[in-house]
Amino acid sequence: MTDRFVSRGFVGRTHEDGDKARVPPGQYLTDSFPVLSAGPTPQIPLDSWEFSIEGLVRSPMRWSWQEFTALPSRDWTVDISCVTKWTKLDTRWHGVSLDDLLAAVEMDPRARFVTAHSFGGYTTNLPLTDLLNNQAFVAWQYDGAPLEPAHGGPARLVVPHLYLWKSAKWVRGLRLHEEDEPGFWESLGYHNRGDPWREERYSGD
Amino acid sequence: MPEPLAWQIATVTAIRAETPEVSSFTLALPAWRAHRAGQHYDVRLTALDGYKAQRSYSIASPPSRAGEVDLTIERIADGEVSPYFHDVVEVGDRVELRGPIGGYFVWEPALGGPLLLIAGGSGVVPLMAMLRERASADPRPAAVLLHSSRTYEDVIYRDELDALAGDAGLRVIQTLTRSQPPGWHGYARRIDKPMLAEAIAASGAQPLVYICGPTLLVEAAANGLVELGVPPVQVRTERFGPTS
Amino acid sequence: MDDPMVLDANAVAGDLAELFGFELTAAAHRCAHCGNVAAVGTLLAWTQGPGVTLRCSGCRGVVVRIVRTPSRTYLDVSGASYLEIRAR
Repeated sequence: MTDRFVSRGFVGRTHEDGDKARVPPGQYLTDSFPVLSAGPTPQIPLDSWEFSIEGLVRSPMRWSWQEFTALPSRDWTVDISCVTKWTKLDTRWHGVSLDDLLAAVEMDPRARFVTAHSFGGYTTNLPLTDLLNNQAFVAWQYDGAPLEPAHGGPARLVVPHLYLWKSAKWVRGLRLHEEDEPGFWESLGYHNRGDPWREERYSGD
Repeated sequence: MPEPLAWQIATVTAIRAETPEVSSFTLALPAWRAHRAGQHYDVRLTALDGYKAQRSYSIASPPSRAGEVDLTIERIADGEVSPYFHDVVEVGDRVELRGPIGGYFVWEPALGGPLLLIAGGSGVVPLMAMLRERASADPRPAAVLLHSSRTYEDVIYRDELDALAGDAGLRVIQTLTRSQPPGWHGYARRIDKPMLAEAIAASGAQPLVYICGPTLLVEAAANGLVELGVPPVQVRTERFGPTS
Repeated sequence: MDDPMVLDANAVAGDLAELFGFELTAAAHRCAHCGNVAAVGTLLAWTQGPGVTLRCSGCRGVVVRIVRTPSRTYLDVSGASYLEIRAR
């Protein structure tokens, strides 16, 4: 009975649709950078921060903050889309590419899937192929400044071609597997892969 | 058997400005149910394109007024729902509501007292519902309200609280954190442990504590009370999120 | 904890009541991580996210997760080893 009710004069804050070629279906553009989280913001002192790659790799690696930020790194300018419907264009980051990180560990040929683990317990899963060929990086700077904790600092994974829940904040490492292991949201109704251009928001989409 | 919770369309029958940024909206409900002090209604706005925004607002009125409720809403500058209420809504408009909701942050006379109520800004709304309910309780438990606002003009229900000052069993401790008028006798800083200690001393033995307001204020107050020896199980909180 | 956005479970009490058919925040639960027994209303709520996460106010372990899609709601209460609901 209330399905057709409309609030007189209510528009909602969202509605600049922007360039269709750059804004995935069902998304709206935002100038802000909303903070979304499933738990408390971890506070990680840099002298205890580590990033590791383990699992189906020949040489598991672990980097300290100094070692990690000394790796060859570059600037990235990418568009990001959150499954809660906002898209932000031309976000600027600085960090190291997943290609360089994975090259350091020599992947086992059986490795097909990756789980990203974060400080605070968050996990997300991706096919390995979504991390290769310049598609993903680990960033420690956003917009020219150190990445703030609220946005995932000290460092976060960024996978801009998938919905932003795959870009694990406070990332602490990757584990490579032969089988796929659904992560925090993928195990509760969200799509296993999350391609915004196919509107893969929920499982079954 | 309580009815299942369902959305209903209410009608705005009155709007009253409480402060420059805060107004109370009276809503007549076709499926009104008596609520308990501390409960809230969920409000849902729907745009023509189907976009929806939903927020919760505490009920300010006591349950003795059948058929309608007052929701006291602060205008949040970059909010989505509160600016609609302040800038668009007129008497006669219809609003979709669901409630009353809440089984934990509630007080009724059967729970007894004494009461220690701590409010930051619009966090005073559910606590005022409790005080209004308390006014008709027999016996009426002793109560202390520690109330933090930014300025004198921002004190919600200021006149009503002044009028209640004649009630010997109620002590209102006010603090204004941003600026104070000439001749101000209350506190002039954020809630801290000495203020909490005074509130505890004024409230008597083993009070039931209800704290409501911005998240950081609620946490500072709750932590302070526990450090001052109040058993955590006696403290109930309702966080409102970031400060406006 | 200095997260200004966190709320109490009360913030999703309406959604929980719609799912369960009755008010849940007054019910007690036992946290599966730390064993703490407390009212559901004491859980801390992160509501700004792909879903809602309710965490134990003592140990911050995840007790409840809620995801609402257009066609269905997913509810994970595995972080509660029990819920205790008083007879009405």
